[in-house]
Amino acid sequence: MQHTISVLVENEFGVLSRVANLFSGRGFNIDSLTVAPTNEEGLSRMTIVTRGDEQILEQITKQLNKLIDIIKVIDFTDGSAIEREMALVKVTAEDESRAEVLRIVDIFRAKIIDVTPKSYTIEATGNPVKIDAILELLRPLGLKELVRTGAVAIGRGAKGWKG
Amino acid sequence: MKMNGARIVLECLKKEGVDTVFGYPGGTVINLYDELYSFKDIRHILPRHEQAGTHAADGYARATGRVGVAIATSGPGATNTVTGIATAYMDSIPMVIITGQVPTALIGNDAFQEVDIIGITRPCTKHSFLIRDVNDIAGIMKKAFYIARSGRPGPVLVDLPKDVQIAQAEFSYPETVEIRSYKPNLAGHPKQVEKAVGMLLSAQRPVVYVGGGAVLGNAAEELTALARKLALPVTTTLMGLGSFPENDPLSLGMLGMHGAYCANMAMTNSDLIIAIGARFDDRVTGKVATFAPHAKIIHIDVDPTSIKKNVRVDLPIVGDVRDVLDKMIKQVDKGSVKAAEFRDALAPWHEEIAGWKAKHPIGYKQSTTVIKPQFVIQKLRELSDDDAIISTDVGQHQMWTAQFFQFNRPRTLLTSGGLGTMGFGLPAAMGAQAAFPDRQVITICGDGGVQMNIQEMATLVQNRLPVKIVILNNNFLGMVRQWQELFFDKRYSSTCMELPIDFVKLAEAYGAKGFSTSKPGEVEKVIKQGFKEKGPVIMEFKIAREEKVLPMVPAGASLNEMVLNA
Ligand SMILES: Cc1cc2nc3c(=O)[nH]c(=O)nc-3n(C[C@H](O)[C@H](O)[C@H](O)COP(=O)(O)OP(=O)(O)OC[C@H]3O[C@@H](n4cnc5c(N)ncnc54)[C@H](O)[C@@H]3O)c2cc1C
Ligand SMILES: Cc1ncc(C[n+]2csc(CCOP(=O)(O)OP(=O)(O)O)c2C)c(N)n1
Ligand SMILES: [Mg+2]
Repeated sequence: MQHTISVLVENEFGVLSRVANLFSGRGFNIDSLTVAPTNEEGLSRMTIVTRGDEQILEQITKQLNKLIDIIKVIDFTDGSAIEREMALVKVTAEDESRAEVLRIVDIFRAKIIDVTPKSYTIEATGNPVKIDAILELLRPLGLKELVRTGAVAIGRGAKGWKG
Repeated sequence: MKMNGARIVLECLKKEGVDTVFGYPGGTVINLYDELYSFKDIRHILPRHEQAGTHAADGYARATGRVGVAIATSGPGATNTVTGIATAYMDSIPMVIITGQVPTALIGNDAFQEVDIIGITRPCTKHSFLIRDVNDIAGIMKKAFYIARSGRPGPVLVDLPKDVQIAQAEFSYPETVEIRSYKPNLAGHPKQVEKAVGMLLSAQRPVVYVGGGAVLGNAAEELTALARKLALPVTTTLMGLGSFPENDPLSLGMLGMHGAYCANMAMTNSDLIIAIGARFDDRVTGKVATFAPHAKIIHIDVDPTSIKKNVRVDLPIVGDVRDVLDKMIKQVDKGSVKAAEFRDALAPWHEEIAGWKAKHPIGYKQSTTVIKPQFVIQKLRELSDDDAIISTDVGQHQMWTAQFFQFNRPRTLLTSGGLGTMGFGLPAAMGAQAAFPDRQVITICGDGGVQMNIQEMATLVQNRLPVKIVILNNNFLGMVRQWQELFFDKRYSSTCMELPIDFVKLAEAYGAKGFSTSKPGEVEKVIKQGFKEKGPVIMEFKIAREEKVLPMVPAGASLNEMVLNA
């Protein structure tokens, strides 16, 4: 099963490689990983999307917790978090397909951020499932390049991660 | 007062109470060594190889419970420490390793003798630090020692660039240390402890399965008290040996691959296992699917990742062994009537265990013509001091030591269990002897492994460290040969050492004494002669070459499927 894990880390030298090592050294899979500073000085937040059976996920979470620079690990089981991702997509857009691309962009409330006579570059944000859906529709029209940020996640409700 | 970074490092070590370090100089630590030259509060021991220096710091830590310290220069010096670091990591030994590094401006340039030692050791250190600013040294050293010794202990590497050693700063050592992202949970949850005692007192076939955590956590006393109070049978892992006296009738000895038949049978037939600072290693569980099929499992460990890693657990208690055992004892004392009833009801279980003990005790066939290794170990126990410290290398001799020496005190067996590092025994004994100049320190080695760090004979002689080196010489890489005999049709591929070594001459070449015998009748005499010597000694015993370690649970078999004689 797929899990989205948020990891709050000290913004120290080597943290990213410690986390990456933990996954690669044990053959755990990473689907996506993002990291950036938070509102708190010195604190960064990673969002890791990974998969595996429950026992492996429990081991991953414990191992992450054990790393010295990691402050908190939150495993968002289904539904407890809102997830968003951004994709930048370059699609072929010539003649009749130009209108079709615009229609799709419109339906998904995406944006055109660069135009040439032969292509559009699109910025799409939303739940990763929504990104998958728009890509599905764009693919037949000619996907030239795709960049995804990977998911970021935040818990639902009024409480912050500190409770 | 301002001082340079090198001096600050030494002042930090002093503040941490470090009295001995093991290190080897080189270009990127030459400044540190220059400061050491006039620094009188720390004894520096120069090994003949950085791997040995690291094992020595490890042996020092295992014997004392304090943090061992090793120093090496950048590049090859640092890479030579890797096996020592990995050995300590696998057995959760507190250590701080200080490596020199090229100047900060050159890091990443493939400079002379530059390696990314932090990257290389990341999977085998508890944590590591690269110090980039002389003002950070004190804070980082404080953290390094704290992390190394607290929670589940482990090695911490501090990488120290040359320019940081030269730069000047004020020295002030922090009084306290606070790492918001690292807060080991030491106090066992009272509710869980209460439940544990409840489960225990309703068991009919309990076994206490004790590991290295009881040694690391200095809980031998509490463990012994609890077991005696409730008449609980106790078995230990290789790493747990000594935490419970093996001469106590409640002791079942070691369990696992080369453990006692009665210990493995007790585990298999138990209805309640209390695991105390043990991590259900595959050498202990055998085939996991059939491990302790009838038992509920209570697991006490300071490291949550150890719990439920290999086997299911019914009641986890995260906490320090000593804290949890202490709470358990108090809980038991609250209802002493129940405890007495419980003890009485265990009689049939003890009887059953006694039956297994009698049926297949750990034993061997004595010989009058050739020296049996087990006999040497028994004689060593008989003739050595009660508080003697024994280190072993890795192989058959290690298992015979575990089976026959009888360890009654914690921290008297120093052995590489998790990594199984040949070459560990001699330097580890060196570290222990440096810590305890007046205690008897004996290392029991094979002819193969002893040669992996034999150069340390020089360090022993030079530093007057009177380690007694026992070599059980079968002229084989015996443990591997045993597997080849049993599982590979006696195809002894590269396990015969061919060239016999004259270990007596070798001892003499280093300025030490050497004794050797191949006669059973001379074993006692040689040991006595060796023990009488004031300096380091080699005692070589040419043993029955094809003796096997038995019993044995073959790889992949269940614990109760032991090969008893083959
Ligand atoms: C040739 C060879 C043969 C071997 N055969 C056997 C064998 O037959 N039987 C056997 O038992 N071993 C054997 N071993 C050793 C084996 O490989 C493992 O090293 C050993 O079983 C692990 O012991 P342990 O479970 O006590 O764990 P350790 O490695 O000692 O781990 C200690 C555990 O305690 C925890 N801990 C640490 N400090 C504390 C504290 N203060 N409070 C609470 N918990 C704490 C740690 O988190 C960890 O989980 C053999 C090794 C070799 C090289
Ligand atoms: C560094 C290292 N290399 C290889 C091994 C694999 N190994 C385990 S036991 C053993 C044989 C050891 O032979 P010896 O030191 O003579 O001890 P004996 O088994 O004969 O008592 C070997 C090669 C190891 N454990 N460590
Ligand atoms: Mg041998």
